[in-house]
Amino acid sequence: MSEIPFSLTWLIPLPPLLAFALIVLFTNPDKKLSARVAIFGVAVSWVLGWWIVLSSVVIPHFGEHAFRLAVHWLPAASSVLTVGVIVDPVTAGMLFMVPFVCLMIFIYSVGYMTFPGHLPQSLNVDGLDPRYSRFFAYISLFAFGMLGLVIAENLLMLFIFWEVMGLCSYLLIGFWFEKPSAYKAGLKAFITTRVGDTIMLAGMVLLYAQSGSLAFADIFSPGNLERLATTTVNVPLFGPTPWATVLAIMIFFGAIGKSAQFPLHVWLPDAMEGPTPVSALIHAATMVSAGVYLMIRMFPLVQAVEHGPALTFIAFIGAFTALFAASIAVAQNDIKRVLAYSTISQLGYMFAALGIGAYVAAVFHLLVHSFFKSLLFLGAGSVIHAMEHGHHATAEHGDAQEGSFDPNDMRNMGGLFRKMPITALTFIAGGLALSGFPIVTAGFWSKDEILADAWINGHSIVFWTLAFAAFLTAFYTGRQIFLVFFGTPRTSAAHHVGESVRSMTYPLIVLAIFAVVGGWVGIPEGFPGLGHILNNPFHHFIASQAEALGIEAAVLPFNPAPVSISILAALGGLALAWTVYGVQPVESRDAPDPLERPLGGLYRVLQNKYYIDEFYAATVIRFTIWLSHLFSRVDRDWIIDPLVNWVGRSGRRLATGLRRLVDEPIIDGLVNGVGSATNASGAFLRLIQTGRVQNYLVVMLLTALMLLALYTTPGS
Amino acid sequence: MLLRLIFVVVSAFTLGFALLMVTARSLFHSALAMAASFLGVAALYILLEAEFLAGVQILIYVGAIAILIIFAIMLSRGTMRTAEPVVNKQWPFVAVVALSLFGLLAFLVSQVAWPARSAEPMGDPIAALGKAFVGPYVVPFEVASVLLVVAMIGAIIIAREKE
Amino acid sequence: MIPLSWYLVVAAALFSIGVYGVLTRRNAVGVLMGVELMLNAVNLNLVAFWRYVTPTKMTGQVFAIIVITVAAAEAAVGLALVIAAYRTRRTVNVEELDTLKG
Repeated sequence: MSEIPFSLTWLIPLPPLLAFALIVLFTNPDKKLSARVAIFGVAVSWVLGWWIVLSSVVIPHFGEHAFRLAVHWLPAASSVLTVGVIVDPVTAGMLFMVPFVCLMIFIYSVGYMTFPGHLPQSLNVDGLDPRYSRFFAYISLFAFGMLGLVIAENLLMLFIFWEVMGLCSYLLIGFWFEKPSAYKAGLKAFITTRVGDTIMLAGMVLLYAQSGSLAFADIFSPGNLERLATTTVNVPLFGPTPWATVLAIMIFFGAIGKSAQFPLHVWLPDAMEGPTPVSALIHAATMVSAGVYLMIRMFPLVQAVEHGPALTFIAFIGAFTALFAASIAVAQNDIKRVLAYSTISQLGYMFAALGIGAYVAAVFHLLVHSFFKSLLFLGAGSVIHAMEHGHHATAEHGDAQEGSFDPNDMRNMGGLFRKMPITALTFIAGGLALSGFPIVTAGFWSKDEILADAWINGHSIVFWTLAFAAFLTAFYTGRQIFLVFFGTPRTSAAHHVGESVRSMTYPLIVLAIFAVVGGWVGIPEGFPGLGHILNNPFHHFIASQAEALGIEAAVLPFNPAPVSISILAALGGLALAWTVYGVQPVESRDAPDPLERPLGGLYRVLQNKYYIDEFYAATVIRFTIWLSHLFSRVDRDWIIDPLVNWVGRSGRRLATGLRRLVDEPIIDGLVNGVGSATNASGAFLRLIQTGRVQNYLVVMLLTALMLLALYTTPGS
Repeated sequence: MLLRLIFVVVSAFTLGFALLMVTARSLFHSALAMAASFLGVAALYILLEAEFLAGVQILIYVGAIAILIIFAIMLSRGTMRTAEPVVNKQWPFVAVVALSLFGLLAFLVSQVAWPARSAEPMGDPIAALGKAFVGPYVVPFEVASVLLVVAMIGAIIIAREKE
Repeated sequence: MIPLSWYLVVAAALFSIGVYGVLTRRNAVGVLMGVELMLNAVNLNLVAFWRYVTPTKMTGQVFAIIVITVAAAEAAVGLALVIAAYRTRRTVNVEELDTLKG
């Protein structure tokens, strides 16, 4: 085999990084040039990436001789940390998708990043966003992170790129930081994912301690896996557990945070505050699927203990999230939030697939989903953009009737099909793929493969959960299409929309083609009539890697039962959406949703996302704030009153602490309820934030000191 | 025995100036004490037979960083009114914490049976160091140089007068 | 022959003094100087361990030099920040630089 393209793999992430540096340092003042630099950078990566993909698919049984290149980075005590690249079928699949989707979204952004509506029009000089160049710099840096993650040869490198993406995600969600909701959403995303990342980092450290290396090749050597699966560690509450299980679950928490799975899903819907290309690129196609990619990479470790709790846990979280998020999406009115919950739900599908051992199906759905979900987001962006322009047009004509106009609200739309046919057609193509419209769309084949796997391997709970989620998916997709594109315009802004510019519609068309034909490479061989046209090349390509890693990935026999249930779910959901929203379109934007009456209280629960955000505010966040308040009181009293009356006061302080610990939360919580809790937590927060770094550092040092003392106490 | 005496003198010099550095009322005196303390550390390196490192220490710390700090002091001069205390209100508490940190570390050091010098460095340590930098440590070395460039550019951009 | 533990104790003392400086100095430049002291203590440990435990490998010295490099970068950026803060806020008192206050 030819080594040339593979030895160039390490070059793939570099052009976007170079573009980032060029834009930041030099081309910053020239907006158009900055955009061109960014697009050129990612285009080079795309060409390189596809060259490598093409060279790898022609090699038979590529998975058995995957390419690996590593150089020494840092000799540590008894081992050496390496940097390097790996190209195997999973990487190749990602290299097919990532740079291409990036390129499409970069091109789309050229037209999308016009002057935003929330800024005063007096600042508008050239019709473009004031931070146009910065936007392209950030998304270039992001592309660098994602491409680097995909080719990383060890877990440490993967984690570094993982965090680069986390930073970019934070910067881009809060890109329009003039809006308080935007910068708050950025912080929320950063801090929520941090919870998962911390557990993941701890897992990595333990993994390094246990296997002496973080390179995938070393971790997955049969001897090491065998050792991790047989040696146990005593976990509190659970008793002796194999290391492999503990480590897999800890690393999975990183994926839960990044891929917005329950219970850390709360950040993703808020992340929709960012510009729509960012939602499409980071929060649908690439970064959030990096969590799935991580678990696909770590799969040998996950299944080192056969039918172990790690697999069950992943399957449970995935299936639950799939259904949970799909049910929320049914009752949302923000066009992007519907898609955000849909993304959470679809990522849950992938995790559920991994949890039941459907390795190839998970990879397949990951890739296919990226294409149609980025298409849907870009289509939604095109609609929002048009609505904003429509709103401006109405405002200029003087018949501005709306006080606060939300261009994202689907209740303001309606009847857009005739105004913007390209966007509508491509959006519908993406929507059909998402709902799994049989035979023609890619989403059908990938979803079907997961369902078939669950059915044939006897995971009936997972199967029925996912099948019901598929039904809901089809329903909310249909609801969205009918609300946005059919019926009659419900506001004057919707009357004045027009088709978007070509730099936005062309990427839509290209992605729509992929959303349809992309699934054909993975048609199951046993499928009547169609199976033998292509012979499922995707399965064989990925399965060669699975076999090399000792993962079960046999070709499944064809079974008509799951296929027909899947078809029934998709068509049933779409048909129900048609009867509810299509036959008699919602007439005015103030009319109640047709679902509101039959569902009653359940509708409100769904619309409020099961009150998870409120629950966190009342429990975790309030507790944390209250705890730090207690610490800070102790700290501040010491500082102000230097050690003189310390003994005398500590008794009183203890009493105060007890009162605050026992009395106030219970009394307050019972009497005043959640409302006053939010108020009180705000007041607490203001008190502890002295803003003085040195105060914070003292607390940090004390903690370190206590830990040090604790660990060195004889007998521990 | 003579070596131990020298060690005690050098350590006392280093720690004494370090203490002076954190307590001096004038920031300028502080900076001078810091340079002296760094000089003491360089002497300790010589006692440890790391002559190259001692040279680096003098060039970079006593030379460059001390000068940089004195520049910063002079550029931001006059902002601290002399009547105000130079330390913040939490200093007695921090003193206790720092002392207990030292106590704990010293206790830990005393608990371990440390090895005596086992072997002598082979050949020319400076040549070995040079080879290490272009051999097994070439990546960290290159990364460090990139870091320096980035830091320089960053420092210039941050400190530059905005037009 | 000087025992290794003597060096470690000196380094611990230097580190603690540095910590004290970082946590108490009101002038930002003073805080930076404390950080430099702490870094020196770390370097002293690295070199002492190199000499006593692995004198045939150069790891300890290499790390010390990398720490010095990072310290130089840190000093440059830190002092640039001090200058920038002085220019915009007219103060280098860390107690007044409290925009993090909620």
